[in-house]
Formats: sequence, C-alpha cells, structure tokens
Amino acid sequence: MNNHKTKLLTVITEAALESRLINDIEQLGGLGYTITNARGKGSRGLRSGSWEANANIRIEVICGPELVNQLAEHLQRKYYDNYAMVTFTSDVEVLRPTKFSD
Amino acid sequence: MNSIDPIIWFFLFGLFAGAMKSELRLPSQIYDFVSMLLLLTIGLKGGIELANQPFATLLPQMALVVGMGFLLPLLVFPILKHVGKFNKADSASIAAHYGSVSVGTFAVAVAYMNTRNIEFEEHMALFVVLLEIPAILVGIVLAKGLSKDTQWSTVGHEVLLGKGVMFLLGGLFIGWLSGPSGVESISPLFFDLFKGILALFLLEMGLITASQLGSLKRYGLFLVIFGIVTPLIFSVIGTATGLALGLSIGGTAILATLFASASYIAVPAAMRISVPEANPTLSLTASLGITFPFNILLGIPLYHWLASSAQNILV
Repeated sequence: MNNHKTKLLTVITEAALESRLINDIEQLGGLGYTITNARGKGSRGLRSGSWEANANIRIEVICGPELVNQLAEHLQRKYYDNYAMVTFTSDVEVLRPTKFSD
Repeated sequence: MNSIDPIIWFFLFGLFAGAMKSELRLPSQIYDFVSMLLLLTIGLKGGIELANQPFATLLPQMALVVGMGFLLPLLVFPILKHVGKFNKADSASIAAHYGSVSVGTFAVAVAYMNTRNIEFEEHMALFVVLLEIPAILVGIVLAKGLSKDTQWSTVGHEVLLGKGVMFLLGGLFIGWLSGPSGVESISPLFFDLFKGILALFLLEMGLITASQLGSLKRYGLFLVIFGIVTPLIFSVIGTATGLALGLSIGGTAILATLFASASYIAVPAAMRISVPEANPTLSLTASLGITFPFNILLGIPLYHWLASSAQNILV
C-alpha cells in the first residue's frame, strides 16, 4: 500500500454558515468537503441541534498544507469574532493524493 | 379545565419535561417534518381562499399589512436601545424578531378559532408571508445603515428561499391553483391531521422554550417585561389595523396575534448571517422564552376578547 501524507482541516460551527463556508472553500481552491451534523458544548454554550438556531455542523476538508493554512486563516479572520467556531488541523494519510490537491 | 385545548397541554407537557431535564426530545427530522406540514397546511388553506376571490381586491389590504411590517420594528428599536441599553446590533436584531411573525403562534390561533367555530378570513396565511419579510430588512438597515457591505443578494436568498417562506408560498400556490375541490384528495394528511401535527410541534416547542429559560436569569427583568408588554401593545395596533381593513372578529384577532408574535425561525437565521455581531441568545430568549408561551397561553384569548370588544363598540 502506498500512503501519502497530507492534511485534514476540521471545522465545527453553526449550521447557519453552511452555504457561506462551502462557497469559501470552493473559492479558495478546495476540491471537496464532507459535512455532517454535529452537536456539543463549548465556550458559546450548549448546541444541542434540536432545532435550526442551535444546530451545528462539522466540515472536513482534505488538502495540502498550504491550502489548509490559507483556509484556517481565512476562517479565523472572517468568522471567529461573531460565530461559534472551532477549527483544527491534523495529519492524515491518503491513497490517492491527486484526489485532494491539484 | 375543559376550556384548555389539548394542544396547549402538549406545550405545557414539553415545558415540564424540558424543565425537569428529561431525556425527551423529538428526533430533529420529525421536527422538520412536522413544521413542514404545518407551513404547507397553512399555505394551502390560504391558497384555497385566494382561489375564491379576485386577487386585486386584496391588494390594498396587502399593502397596508406590509407597511405595518416595516413600521413595527421601528417602534421598538428606540426602546431597546435607550431603555434596554442594548447596543445597536442587539437592538436591531430584537426589533426585527418582534416586527416579524411566528408561524407556530399563528397555527395555535387558527386552531383556537376552529375549536370555537369562529369564522376568520383564510387569506390571513398570505399576511403571514407578507409580515415575515419587511422586519428583516428594517433590522439589517437599523444595524448596519444602508452600507454597501450588506450582501443583499445573500440576504434575499436567505429570506425568500428559506424554508419558512418557501413552504408557505408553495402551499399558497398549490392551494390557489388546485382550488377547494382539487385539494380534497390530499386533505386527510394536511387538514384532518392538522391538530395532531400541531400537538407534536407544540410538544417540541415546549422543550425548546424550556431550554431558553436558563438564559432568562442571565438577561434579567427588562427582557421579561419587554417580551410581555410589546405583544400587548402590538396586539392593540393589530386590532386597529384589522378594524381598518374591515376584517371579521376572528380575522381581527388573528391579525392582532400576528402583530403580537415574534419570529424564531426566519429572523434568527437571517440575523445570524447579516448581523452576526448581534447576540442570538438575547432575541431568542425574549421571543421563545417569553413571548411565544405568553401568546399561546394568555395572549390569543386576550386578543380575541380585544377584537370582539372593539367590534362591539364600533357596531
């Protein structure tokens, strides 16, 4: 098996931001993303996901280190002040590197 | 005890279970389904009524209602800012919530009238759509001014293509195009089950309301008073507007209820995107934690009394 190291960006944030974040990811050159519903608790309180206004999502993007940094900085600048948002990156290994970066 | 509608008991049951921190919850897909059915049913009923009368005769009424939709948030904004001491963004956001309407409250008012066999103009559903939108625009302008930063196309997309307005409009059009006889084949799902669906919806609303009560303590007395006094004043304005439009007692009471209600679906979503610096907990605590339960438990019977007294004085 031939593994290639690359990066994973995980964003946990308010469901209200979904369409704007997809737009941001695509504009900055992300080739794909995965979105799941999420719930939990953080500095902005309990987000139980029981209805629209307190629903959370988890967005995952696999891409190269440069784009990961660019995305993380962009999100921090644009959303951290006013939205519940947690972002973290991790190292991952993938089998088909061309699928995730140009 | 018999005078309390069973659907209200469902709300109180949800409130109780939530306050007791019970594990009870409606699966979120079921909640989505239930609110979708309510929105479509309300739209369909309004649409059938529109099929019965020439649309042009409603235009003056619609214009006045839209005008009031712009006016209501402007009335409360200065109070929030100067008496409540909220910052500009929070004041604008709360004002937008109260200028807009709550479909859940409207549905309870409709059920109240049906139970008591009180006639009302079914095209009130159209007013729900009309009242939903202007307050959002006023709220954004109050918070941001007419700045170029506001992405009006995003706002428009969010507001007009959001779930609430789309389902209502879809129901209105389908009801309008199909007419009373056409809709008969789907009436078992939408009309016969209306109150059962509403009961489930109110159960979940009770649970959601209970979850807001925690923040009440944090934000204090002003919000509580504001959340009760505003619907009272707006219901008087609504009653006057209903009389000016020549509505029936039932129609006037429902219009008063619409004016008194505060949004908790369309406006929070729009404000989150367009005025992100506003604290969503403040407006939701007021609209869901105080105004929604006040309206469905005490408000609707009160507005009904108000509408019939006002009509009696005039006649």
